[in-house]
Amino acid sequence: MSEDRNEMPEPEVDTRRREIAGVLTGEFQSPSPDQVLENVLENVLLFLTSRRDRNAVSLVCKSWYRAEALTRSDLFIGNCYAVSPRRAIERFRRVRSVVLKGKPRFADFNLMPPNWGAYFTPWVTAMATSYPWLEKVYLKRMFVTDRDLELLAQSFPAFKELVLVCCDGFGTSGLAGIASKCRQLRVLDLIEDEVADDEVDWISCFPESGTCLESLIFDCIECPINFEALERLVARSPSLRKLRLNRYVSIGQLYRLMIRAPQLTHLGSGSFSSSDIVAQGDQEPDYISAFAACRSLVCLSGFREIIPDYLPAIYPVCANLTSLNFSYANINTEQLKSVICHCHKLQIFWVLDSVCDEGLQAVAATCKELRELRVFPIDAREDSEGPVSEVGLQAISEGCRKLQSILYFCQRMTNAAVIAMSKNCSDLVVFRLCIMGRHRPDHITGEPMDEGFGAIVMNCKKLTRLAISGLLTDKAFSYIGKYGKLVRTLSVAFAGDSDMGLKYVLEGCPKLQKLEIRDSPFGDAALRSGLHHYYNMRFLWMSSCRLSRQGCEEIARAMPGLVVEVIRNENEEDKDGFEILYMYRSLERPRIDAPEFVTIL
Amino acid sequence: MSPQLAKPSPESSSAGLHFNDTELTLGLPGATKSGTKRGFSDTVDLNLRGPCNTDHASNPSENDVSGDSKPPPAKTQIVGWPPVKASRKNVAKISKYVKVAVDGAPYLRKVDLEMYGSYQQLLGSLEDMFSCFPIRNYLNERKLMDPVKGSDYMPTYEDRDGDWMLVGDVPWKMFVESCKRLRLMKSTEAIGLAPRASQKCTSTSGSKSL
Repeated sequence: MSEDRNEMPEPEVDTRRREIAGVLTGEFQSPSPDQVLENVLENVLLFLTSRRDRNAVSLVCKSWYRAEALTRSDLFIGNCYAVSPRRAIERFRRVRSVVLKGKPRFADFNLMPPNWGAYFTPWVTAMATSYPWLEKVYLKRMFVTDRDLELLAQSFPAFKELVLVCCDGFGTSGLAGIASKCRQLRVLDLIEDEVADDEVDWISCFPESGTCLESLIFDCIECPINFEALERLVARSPSLRKLRLNRYVSIGQLYRLMIRAPQLTHLGSGSFSSSDIVAQGDQEPDYISAFAACRSLVCLSGFREIIPDYLPAIYPVCANLTSLNFSYANINTEQLKSVICHCHKLQIFWVLDSVCDEGLQAVAATCKELRELRVFPIDAREDSEGPVSEVGLQAISEGCRKLQSILYFCQRMTNAAVIAMSKNCSDLVVFRLCIMGRHRPDHITGEPMDEGFGAIVMNCKKLTRLAISGLLTDKAFSYIGKYGKLVRTLSVAFAGDSDMGLKYVLEGCPKLQKLEIRDSPFGDAALRSGLHHYYNMRFLWMSSCRLSRQGCEEIARAMPGLVVEVIRNENEEDKDGFEILYMYRSLERPRIDAPEFVTIL
Repeated sequence: MSPQLAKPSPESSSAGLHFNDTELTLGLPGATKSGTKRGFSDTVDLNLRGPCNTDHASNPSENDVSGDSKPPPAKTQIVGWPPVKASRKNVAKISKYVKVAVDGAPYLRKVDLEMYGSYQQLLGSLEDMFSCFPIRNYLNERKLMDPVKGSDYMPTYEDRDGDWMLVGDVPWKMFVESCKRLRLMKSTEAIGLAPRASQKCTSTSGSKSL
């Protein structure tokens, strides 16, 4: 990357200048061996992309540390409070892409009071002056304001990709700024964000001449968009490959877009329903041909308000699909069967449990290449009917042997089915089972679910992520501690009998990085048992457990490199009581932007 | 001796249980020590916490291990459980949109059957939507059941098997499940589909139980 050489910081520039000067005047001095080595190293390191490898490289010696810092272009910060913007920028000066993650995952389920933190502002402010060549920003669970987006749009002339996942704090006016000012924009992906409706027509703000847009994802936006402007935008975006529409786009409008963009590879189909008033005499457009024309389509989603009558329109693309997301589509078994029977290449499948066990059996029969399955509940309450059960899980385990990742919501489950999955799907990396009724045992034997989850950690040797549920004793945790040697993320709710449960895990799982626990009887003694490990973790979350303030204070005293936050319920008058312990390693002093209900010990 | 709602103190955990047994407390007969406290928080604690959630600062002796306590009454919803994001809960709310055609009207409409709890509600809404077309509401027993009466319309629907059925014969929930589209048919065409005044067809609420 020759252009980098021109902006090198101080000492190297002088050396180069001297070298060049030497060549010109005939007084050439060959560079010192150290310098050669460093130059070679930098050139080699350019090829190193994995951040774990880079972290290892930076530990070799000072010169390698420097070289690595100069050549790292992708900055990944898993917890925005673990390091300050200033420190990150001082070390890594040539960054092109930044990944920042903020709130812990349980915040998605309203367990964290709002306004907890994770503000993008200090980051974008610092980067605006230090990373002029920034091209990509990926944010997850951060609070992003319209002003932040405005600053971003103004500060980075080469800006190409903005991906916001589970973020909030901004609205359509912020998007308008991005659309109008980022002339090189290729990717604008808004995924599961909360976007305020400022009644700004942001779609019209893209440049009038052609755009270089490759991906435009806005299916999470809960307000109407200017469809005519979108149609024109699609027409002048020849590179567009990924388009995911929100539910305010009707199927008739979808048709008009699809015939303009048959090159799409990823399509989010919007509402997949007709707008309210359809003239009775009018012919409906030929949706089937529109889909048939999209020969490159491999990923299909949307169906936000599906009228199942329209489902046959997608038949022509099913055979090529590798990813199908029906998780917003209220369809029944028969409707699913009519589609899934064509989807032989499917690798990723998200669906609602409205399709029942029989629907999952159909998936198992056809989708032999399935790698990832997510089954969401259409009625997410503890006491609802529960159309899927161990029957569906068993069928999937038998039919989809290559399964790597599963998220399964259900009302009843058996150990036998979970054990079967552990044996049939040995490639499992992610196993997340949510039995929605708290403390529910195996519904056939009445036993706790210990053996099922035990089998998972025992037999699935590649497992790195686990979420457990149902009636669970300390035995389940002893299994996890004994066999879950690669587990990095563990999610626990309403489980365990005593401190031993947590102890087993903290003492047994050396790779544990993210531990989130709610409503489980683990207390201070258990917390203490993890002292040897907390610096290796990204965070620990414990809410509604048996912790005391003194116990948390002890941890804070013992580990100065940890930030220990105790978070009160906003309604709580008792200033010493708290709901949540959230602690994480950090290179900085505790943050100063914490709200009143957060106490940092 | 003043009755009291006793808050078990930490010291009582090991030594003093027998002492505490003799203490007068305000509580239901048979309520255990921990039971009184839990009972209090169950009724007062409108934050709807789980049974394991206790006052964290004290009471290590509290014995409500979540494993052996009964789950709370079925209808209380716990914050953040099950762990499904709000956007999924809202959009995945059950909706069933079907097209509605009325003989003679130039436009179709669309209704969400899940918005209604009964036939009465649905037909009332259809009447509003197509206000110029009086719809026969033969379910209302007070109305005259005269099948051949001018410009009245019969509500019919196409079911999963593709058959055209008269609205109102089956329980509401079953109807919602099997209905694919609605058609308000001119009564004059509906001769032969004599409506049965079925007592079963009360407006059973098809709404989700809460």
